[in-house]
Amino acid sequence: MADSATHAQPSSTDGQSRRDFLLYTTIAVGAAGTAAALWPFVHSMNPAADTLAMSTTDVDLAAIQPGQAITVVWQGKPVFVRYRTAEDIAAAAKDDGAELRDKAADAARVQKPEWLVVVGVCTHLGCVPLGQKAADPKGDFGGWFCPCHGSHYDTSGRIRKGPAPLNLPVPKYAFTSDTTIRIG
Amino acid sequence: MSGFQTNNKVISWLDERLPIFSMMQHSAIEYPTPRNLNYWWNFGSLAAFVLVVMLLTGIFLVMNYSSHTSLAFDSVERIMRDVNYGWLIRYLHMNGASMFFILVYIHMFRNLYYGSYKAPREVLWWIGIVIYLAMMATGFLGYVLPWGQMSFWGATVITNLFSAFPVVGESIVTLLWGGFSVDNPTLNRFFSLHYLLPFVIVGLVVVHVWALHTVRSNNPLGVEMKGEADSIPFHPYYTIKDLFGIGVFLMFFMAFVFWAPNFFGEPDNYIPANPMVTPPHIVPEWYYLPFYAILRSFTIDLWIIPAKLQGVVAMFAAILILFFLPWLDTSKVRSAKFRPLYRQFFWLFLVDCLVLGYVGGKPAEEPLVTIGQVCTAYYFAHFLIIMPLLGKIEKPKALPASIAAAVLKEKA
Repeated sequence: MADSATHAQPSSTDGQSRRDFLLYTTIAVGAAGTAAALWPFVHSMNPAADTLAMSTTDVDLAAIQPGQAITVVWQGKPVFVRYRTAEDIAAAAKDDGAELRDKAADAARVQKPEWLVVVGVCTHLGCVPLGQKAADPKGDFGGWFCPCHGSHYDTSGRIRKGPAPLNLPVPKYAFTSDTTIRIG
Repeated sequence: MSGFQTNNKVISWLDERLPIFSMMQHSAIEYPTPRNLNYWWNFGSLAAFVLVVMLLTGIFLVMNYSSHTSLAFDSVERIMRDVNYGWLIRYLHMNGASMFFILVYIHMFRNLYYGSYKAPREVLWWIGIVIYLAMMATGFLGYVLPWGQMSFWGATVITNLFSAFPVVGESIVTLLWGGFSVDNPTLNRFFSLHYLLPFVIVGLVVVHVWALHTVRSNNPLGVEMKGEADSIPFHPYYTIKDLFGIGVFLMFFMAFVFWAPNFFGEPDNYIPANPMVTPPHIVPEWYYLPFYAILRSFTIDLWIIPAKLQGVVAMFAAILILFFLPWLDTSKVRSAKFRPLYRQFFWLFLVDCLVLGYVGGKPAEEPLVTIGQVCTAYYFAHFLIIMPLLGKIEKPKALPASIAAAVLKEKA
């Protein structure tokens, strides 16, 4: 900073550098203005206020039996809510030490061990995995199986086999009573 | 150029102010064209013809289409059942898309066989690739509009490809969707862009033809036109040949439109879109299948690069590599007619692409996964290893002195 004063231009190039300065500031202001004018158009493609407003879903868990699962819609996506049996929980906890692609302890993925809530969208390319209905294939680890490209998820919704890179994500949710949750 | 002459005062007055007649005379009538073009040179004009068919049928379809998730599927069925000749217009548009890709694929492989991408036609080739990319985008967007099961899940899978990019991936996908899943905002923007892109393609075609008319057509011998004996005027020789080609092509096209209109389609797309149920086997339209096979060939994470990202990058690279072909091909000789080794590798490459297409359309099971991986490796090897090496080790046959000399010798 201190030596900027020593860079005073000789008088012969004064006009030149003033023109350069004007040229560059004009370009910079013009570019910033164009970018600023472009942003509203880009941002108009992001989720609109009404889309954002539909961001919570309430779920009643009372009617679900152990071992059963239901699919609810949250933000246009399926969310899997599974009432896990003691065996399911034990299998998930046992596999905490297994080789996991996306490391996560089962306890960290649930609020109450018997209730697993995950977004039912395969993290590979967005298909809905099978495993919600009693007759569905549940994959090699008793959780879910994605029919599109063959990803297997375990009873904690963790990716165990196949091309998907990540576990089924756990959405933000809270127990609003003993038998109801609010997702989002 | 003999120039444009007329006795009509009105035409002459207009032409002095806007030389539209001179331009036509120059670029569609006198335009010197190699005298030896074979029927593989018909496919450019055929593709242009189908582009016009797509624009016209598309404009009329829009008059009856509703781009809302709750109306789209039914509006397409109404076009099929209630709108006068709606079934015809839609089947022309649906099959026209497949025809467009068939023609353009033949056009591209013609290019590869006869080395048309080489100097001085690199820019012409580039513009062609950009047109091809725009076609792929347009085709994908259009396939979503009927809002059937394949529309919805195809859109979901393809937009999710962008989530593979680190850091910004998820934000890009949300931006593409305009929500948290493929939904009404997605359908609306896809409709808007599907209407826009064909006009962009028209603009690109104008630039493509401009570049063509600057460097002139390549020909089956791959030697440049040198004198008047090598060329004939575009009109009437190639106008009539292109028209004849259109006649033959229309028989092929209409055979599908009238007798097998759903041959290229997926039955699942006649089931309305259901975001809660994925069809057991998602397949893209046939023209994307080789690239879909490349996408799925990557199944193992390498260091920190997930398999998904590898697949996405490879899929885009498979097309982008075409831009570099004029320099990856080190041979000075254009036409495969004079390249005994390249000719064999050309056919091998064609078979490789067809096998990739077959694998892309089948479920990801063995042995197809391995076959797909081998073919993907070969696809890239063709461009990165075989093409550069061939130019060095191949001994091409002797080229003719000129087009005229070769043609007249053949006649004798």
